[in-house]
Amino acid sequence: MKFRSVFDIIGPVMIGPSSSHTAGAARIGRVARSLFGREPKRIVVSFYGSFKDTYKGHGTDVAMIGGVLDFDTFDERIKTAIDIAKSKGIDIEFKEEDAVPAHPNTAKVEISDANGSLELIGISIGGGKIEITELNGFELRLSGNHPAILVVHNDRYGTIAAVANVLAKFAINIGHMEVARKDVGQEALMTIEVDQNIDPAALSELETLPNIIQVTQIAE
Amino acid sequence: MMFKNVKELVQLTEERNTSISEIMITQEMEVTGKSREDIFSQMYRNLEVMEQAVENGLKGVKSLSGLTGGDAVKLQAYIASGKTLSGHTILDAVSKAVATNEVNAAMGTICATPTAGSAGVVPGTLFAVKQTLKPTKEQMVRFLFTSGAFGFVVANNASISGAAGGCQAEVGSASGMAAAAIVEMAGGTPQQSAEAMAITLKNMLGLVCDPVAGLVEVPCVKRNAMGASNAMIAADMALAGITSRIPCDEVIDAMYKIGQTMPTALRETAQGGLAATPTARELEKKIFGGVTSSRDTETAR
Repeated sequence: MKFRSVFDIIGPVMIGPSSSHTAGAARIGRVARSLFGREPKRIVVSFYGSFKDTYKGHGTDVAMIGGVLDFDTFDERIKTAIDIAKSKGIDIEFKEEDAVPAHPNTAKVEISDANGSLELIGISIGGGKIEITELNGFELRLSGNHPAILVVHNDRYGTIAAVANVLAKFAINIGHMEVARKDVGQEALMTIEVDQNIDPAALSELETLPNIIQVTQIAE
Repeated sequence: MMFKNVKELVQLTEERNTSISEIMITQEMEVTGKSREDIFSQMYRNLEVMEQAVENGLKGVKSLSGLTGGDAVKLQAYIASGKTLSGHTILDAVSKAVATNEVNAAMGTICATPTAGSAGVVPGTLFAVKQTLKPTKEQMVRFLFTSGAFGFVVANNASISGAAGGCQAEVGSASGMAAAAIVEMAGGTPQQSAEAMAITLKNMLGLVCDPVAGLVEVPCVKRNAMGASNAMIAADMALAGITSRIPCDEVIDAMYKIGQTMPTALRETAQGGLAATPTARELEKKIFGGVTSSRDTETAR
């Protein structure tokens, strides 16, 4: 069942006009921001499919930038997000891509500063629900509805079990989990959606495990 | 999950001798692990947003494109004249549904129910029947849980997306959800709620999604108006003891199958229906400066 919560139906609270093209876009931008962990200096958004055709009429562009500025779907500042970003000296670029995406509402978000960059692809599947389909070249699925932990690690035996053990110790239940890797023995990514809010101590402990490169939390 | 269709939902209420809203709340607690208080206060916040949106719309708003805005105000003035034909409560529901969607089109704050494009029907009817039924705050919050329970069934068994199922999936679903919730608030049985949902949705089957210029404005705002009146009438019919010959779940399934066979041009692509009329094309040119090409993909809600 795609829809699990009553608040998927009655909600989200959002700035209009479109749950898929405005609220969904803000959520995709905000996931990028949350993963990047800080305000970027440059934002490049590529729109595909219906996003490309109608983004101006729906405020998809301002919503996406608002999301990257860490604004929620209902934050009034979304309407002036591009101006706010520019006043902070953030460089913004929008690209209209002609490639036909698997889902009609697809966007690629690339954010960066002097210390690093992040690239993700998100789709808006209706009613404000989104999925992140790709992160830094890794394929993944993140509903954005539950707290989630992303663990970048080396592809070695025992790593997944060790992570699961730490979560069990903190009484955190895993609702959904996926593992992707670039190649055998190479860098890999665990995507873990959990039911409970994540104790910061759990994250710290995860970081101390062998073969773990980076641990990031995405709260709802 | 405790229920996956309307039949199971109604059965649960009968077994536990409780309301649909109560089943929805219980399921939400089980699925999310949140407390009843947290869930209730989250829904209460949604209610407050809806009330504020109606208030803002009744003050008068205008969208950026200029296509919509101001009709809720006109209707309220007309109601105040006391010379209406269809009666106060229905027109009040219609004007409040319109108010919400006008705020949405103007990039104001709304609560999607179930989507932004169909966000007017549930609050529009709720704040209109509030005048007659004088519900408590708790009953108003429960109205939203009952709406949500029916929307939940539609979203998981059919669709609430105009791109997937046309307007019948958006405003059709919203109207059925509202009708069911009105029945519960008015003291009807869970089965009567199901009948109201079925009667409403039956009368919105086949409704296409053909937004002018791809914007969530024309005909979306007026479709919410008619959806609200449809919900009110169906609720009254169900409360009168009228039943649907076709059970609610089968109506939902029919809606799903109609959506699947609906041509792409009529599913949120701005290619067919009203969007393809000469006037719509003229408006589109004016709004986007004549640079828009014909769209070949899904557009927005």
